Amino acid sequence: MRVFERPKVLKDKVFHYCPGCTHGIVHRLVAEIIEEMDIRERTVGVCPVGCAVLAYDYLDIDMQEASHGRAPAVATGIKRVLPDKVVFTYQGDGDLAAIGMTETVHTAARGEPLTVIFINNAIYGMTNGQMAPTTLLGQRTQTTPYGRNAAKEGYPIKVCEMLATLDGPSYIARVSVGSYKSILNARKVLREAFRRQIEENAYALVEVLSTCPTNWGMKPRDAMDWIENEMQETFPVGIFKE
Amino acid sequence: MAEVIIDRERCKGCLLCVSFCPKQLFTLSDKLNSSGYYPVKIKEMKECSGCAVCATVCPDVAITAVDR
Ligand code: SF4
Ligand code: SF4
Repeated sequence: MRVFERPKVLKDKVFHYCPGCTHGIVHRLVAEIIEEMDIRERTVGVCPVGCAVLAYDYLDIDMQEASHGRAPAVATGIKRVLPDKVVFTYQGDGDLAAIGMTETVHTAARGEPLTVIFINNAIYGMTNGQMAPTTLLGQRTQTTPYGRNAAKEGYPIKVCEMLATLDGPSYIARVSVGSYKSILNARKVLREAFRRQIEENAYALVEVLSTCPTNWGMKPRDAMDWIENEMQETFPVGIFKE
Repeated sequence: MAEVIIDRERCKGCLLCVSFCPKQLFTLSDKLNSSGYYPVKIKEMKECSGCAVCATVCPDVAITAVDR
């Protein structure tokens, strides 16, 4: 009996992600959930600009590429025209919390029945490691070589805490993929975020604390431990809106 | 009997499975794959319990776990 195999919703391709980057884990979880919920034929994903820009090459479902930060607006359009589809966005911190913050906030405020998957790795990965809105205080990046300093670069944005103050969203949660147990929990929470859209026609956002070993300058395992030990102090895992 | 099957062509040698396997069954192989990575291999397949921890943490979904 097979206890673990590659979900069929993942295409037979090698990810372009760096060795040890946990984007791949989140892709796999999303693929498993789509398979398990039997929604492959009616799911539409919207890809961001950033490291996950090629996600449409990996998930064997209908996918639409959005321009930088506009995924929630594009997803809103798709969902309103095709309300029977299950529509999700997959966005990084630069896409969702910097250039796309307007779309993020207003889509949540309207309570559009979408599932938003927000990959927070506290850095701009694809462009080689500049400071992101979610970069931790003290964290070194290409543009904060001495560590992020609140007096100069401001504070990290806590997207879940902020969106949880709105009336529109039904479900806001933060998870991690920094350990085996965290990955199992992330799967449950992501599934719930899809269920909210399908059964309750409601908006759900899941922030996933994810690694960028390359731009953090860490080995993949050290990067996962860093999520669990450092990143969660600024970004605690939990359900912010039930 | 449990075993894991590693897709050599998908593996990027990131060592996550090496560090997470509760029985420390993984090691790097010494032959490159076509992407230029040294994929992992299993030292002692008999010891595998089929827990699939390795497959769960593998970012490249390169591991299939089987429990017969
Ligand atoms: S299934 Fe579990 S015990 Fe077997 S090799 Fe993988 S992690 Fe180790
Ligand atoms: S976790 Fe996956 S990609 Fe990384 S070394 Fe193990 S099998 Fe290879």
